[in-house]
Amino acid sequence: MATTTAAPGTAAAAAKAHSTNRKWAVGLLIAVVVIFLLYSQILPNAPADVQTFFRRWLSVSAVNEAVLWVVFALGLNIVVGYAGLLDLGYVAFWALGGYVAGWIMSPFASSMYKSWGGLKLSILGHPPAIEGLDTGIHVNFWLVLPIAGLFCALWGLIIGAPTLRLKSDYLALVTLGFGEIIPQILRNGERIGPNGVFNLSNGDKGISPVDPIPTWPVSYIPGVPDELALKASDLPYKFLVYCLLAAFTIFVSLRIREGRLGRAWLAIREDELAASMMGVPLMKTKLSAYAVGAFAGGLGGVAFATHVGGVFASRFDFAISITLLAMVVLGGMGNVWGVTIGALALAWINSTGLEQVGQQINSSFGTDIDFPSYQFLLFGLILILMMLFRREGLLPETRTRQVLQEPERGDLESVGADLEGEPV
Amino acid sequence: MSQTAVEAAESRPSLAIGALLERGTGFLLLLAVAAFAVWHLVATPAAFFTTMVVGLNQGALYALIALGYTLVYGIIELINFSHGDLFMLASVLSGFLMVSTFGATAATTGAFLALVATLVLAMLFGAALNTTAERVAYRRLRRAPKLAPLITAVGLSFVYQWGGIKSNGSGQRNWDTILGSSGFTVLNVKVPWSMIVVTAVTIPLLLGLNWVIQKTRQGKAMRATAQDQDAARLMGIDVDRTISLTFALGGAMAGAAGLLYLQTFGTTRYDAGFQLGLIAFTAAVLGGIGNLNGAVLGGVLIGLVQALNDRFGLGVAYSQTVVFTILILLMVFKPEGILGKPTTEKV
Repeated sequence: MATTTAAPGTAAAAAKAHSTNRKWAVGLLIAVVVIFLLYSQILPNAPADVQTFFRRWLSVSAVNEAVLWVVFALGLNIVVGYAGLLDLGYVAFWALGGYVAGWIMSPFASSMYKSWGGLKLSILGHPPAIEGLDTGIHVNFWLVLPIAGLFCALWGLIIGAPTLRLKSDYLALVTLGFGEIIPQILRNGERIGPNGVFNLSNGDKGISPVDPIPTWPVSYIPGVPDELALKASDLPYKFLVYCLLAAFTIFVSLRIREGRLGRAWLAIREDELAASMMGVPLMKTKLSAYAVGAFAGGLGGVAFATHVGGVFASRFDFAISITLLAMVVLGGMGNVWGVTIGALALAWINSTGLEQVGQQINSSFGTDIDFPSYQFLLFGLILILMMLFRREGLLPETRTRQVLQEPERGDLESVGADLEGEPV
Repeated sequence: MSQTAVEAAESRPSLAIGALLERGTGFLLLLAVAAFAVWHLVATPAAFFTTMVVGLNQGALYALIALGYTLVYGIIELINFSHGDLFMLASVLSGFLMVSTFGATAATTGAFLALVATLVLAMLFGAALNTTAERVAYRRLRRAPKLAPLITAVGLSFVYQWGGIKSNGSGQRNWDTILGSSGFTVLNVKVPWSMIVVTAVTIPLLLGLNWVIQKTRQGKAMRATAQDQDAARLMGIDVDRTISLTFALGGAMAGAAGLLYLQTFGTTRYDAGFQLGLIAFTAAVLGGIGNLNGAVLGGVLIGLVQALNDRFGLGVAYSQTVVFTILILLMVFKPEGILGKPTTEKV
C-alpha cells in the first residue's frame, strides 16, 4: 500500500522540503518586490502603450485579486487537499469574513438597529474622513483580520460538527447546503426579527464603504501613504499587504503539514479507518481541518472587502466554490506551491486572461467568438480532464500521486475487504 | 493511543444519553412542524389545501429527479452531482421543442400530441446524455478513490450549465405553456390544470419504473449489481451494461421532469438545475437514498414543506434555506432517511 512504501522516504523528503521551502521564500520575496516596483515605480513612468498593455493584460487590480484567490485556495486546500474532505461550500467563509469587515470596519453598524443610530466606536480604527461616515464601529484592519479568522473558524466548527459522522460523499452535500444557506441569509438579511427591526447585512445593497487599510508604522517611510483605500496609487501597496497574507497562509500551510496535526490529516485522507486504528482522533482532527481552512477564508474575506471597498452579497455564489476547487485540483491537491500556481493561473484566466487571449485569437484569425462565455465549460473541463487523466494535479505532491494512482478504491477496499471491480 | 482509549471509555455511557437527547430533539422538531401545519389547516383550510396542491405538484417533480439520484447512488454509490443540470438541459430542450418546433402554446389536441412527442424525446435525450456521461467519465473512475468521480460530477455539472447558458441565455426565459396558469376550483381549493398533466405523466412513469425494476430480468440484474457487483458478475450479469441502463433510467426520469417543470412554471433558467437538483437530492436522502419508494415519498414531502414555507412560513426568499436546513438536520438525526435501513460501513 502507498502509505507503507511512502513512510521510509518521508523523513528525507521532509528535510529536503525544508531546505527548498527557504529557497522558495527568498524567491517569492524577490518576485513580490519586483512586481511591486514594476507597478509602483516603473509603470507610471512608462510609455503609454506599455501602460495600456499592462492595463489590459494584467492590471494591478487583477494581480491583487489573484493574490487573494491564492489565500482562499490555500484555505480550501487544507480541507480538501490535506484532510481529503470535499468542501463545496467554501464561499460561505469568504462571505462571513467579508461581513465581519462590514460589521466592524464600516459605518454600517449604526444602521443595524434603530437605537444604535448614534453608535460611534473606534478601536485604532480609520473611519473615512467624510462627515457622517464616522459612525458605526471602526476597528483597525490588522485587528479585524484575526477576529474574522476566528469567527470563521468558529463557523467552520459549527458547519463541520454535524457532518462528522457522515460518509465522505454526504459531506460534500452538507457543506454545499451551508454554502448556499449562509449567503442566502445574508442576501435576505435586511429585515430580520419581529417586524424586521434588525438589519443584519443590508441585503442586496451590500455594505460599503469599508475602512481603508492603515499602514502604521510603515507609513513613517517617506512616500508610503497613511492608509490604503481605492486610489490607483494605493493599489501597489495593497498588493504588498495581500502578499503578506498569502505568504502567511503559505507559511502556515507548509509548517502545519509537517507537524502532528498535518500528518494526522494526511493519514485520514489516505485511510480513515487505518488512521483511527493508529490512534488519530477522527472528530478532533477533521474539525480542526475545517477550522484552520475557515480561518484562511476569514482572512481573505476581510482583505477582499478592502479590495472591492465593500461587501456585496450577490457575489457569493456556488461558482466561487467550484472555481476554488478547480484551482486546488489543477495545481495538485495537497501541494501548496501547486495550489498557489493553480490559483494564480485560474484567477488570471477569470479576470483578464480569457478575454484578452480571446481577443487576440479573434483578431488574428478573423473569428468572432465570445471567449468569456466559455468560462463555465473551461472550468468544468478542467475538473473532468484532471480527474480522468491527471488526478494528482499539474504539480503533484509525491504522496498524493501515490495515493491517487492506487488502483483500488481507498476508502474501504484498501483494507482488504470486499474488493469490487474486475481484475485488470 | 491512551488518550483515545480514555475517550472511548468516556464516550460509551454518554452515547445512550446522547442518542436519547437526539431522538427527543428530533421528535420535538417534527412535532413543531406538524403543529404548524395543523394550525394553518384549522385556521384557513382553503388556503391550506391550495398550498398542498402546489406542494404536490412540486413534489412530483422533485420525486422524478430524486429517482435519478437514488438509482445511481443505489448501484454505484455515487452522488451524481450533474443530475440536476441534466434536468435543466431537458427543460430547455423541451421548451424549444414544444414552442419553437411544434408551436404548441394553447390547449389543442395537436398540442397534447406534441406534449407526448416531446416527453418521449426529452426522456430519450436525458437517457442518452446520462449514459454518455457514464460511458465517458464515470466508468473509467469506478475503481478510483471516491473523491475523483465526485469532482468529475461537479465538473460535468459545470459543463451542462455552460450548455444551458449557451442555449437558454444567462437570464430567465419565459415560454408559453399549453395550459397556462388556469385551473378549476373544487370546494374553494384552486387546482391548476398543469397539476393534472403532471399527475397523469408522473404516476404511469413511477409505476413503469417500478415494474422494470421489480419484474423484468434487467431489473433483477440491477438489484443484484447494487447488492454485490462481483457476485453479480459471477452470475453472468453484464455489470457495465446494467450500470449504463441505470443511468439511462435516471436520465429518462430527469428528462420527463424537465418537460413537466416547463409546463408547470413556463420558465427555464440555466441555474434551475443546480437548485432543484439539490432539493431533489435532499428528497432522496429524506426518503432513504437507494430506496425508490423513499425517493418518491421524500420528493412529495419536501414539495409540501416547501409550499407550506412559501405560503405561511418564512417566504420564498428562504425557501432554499428551509430545505437545506432539513437536509442538515436529517444528516444529524437520521442519516438513513425515512425508509432506508441504517447501515454501518462495510469493513
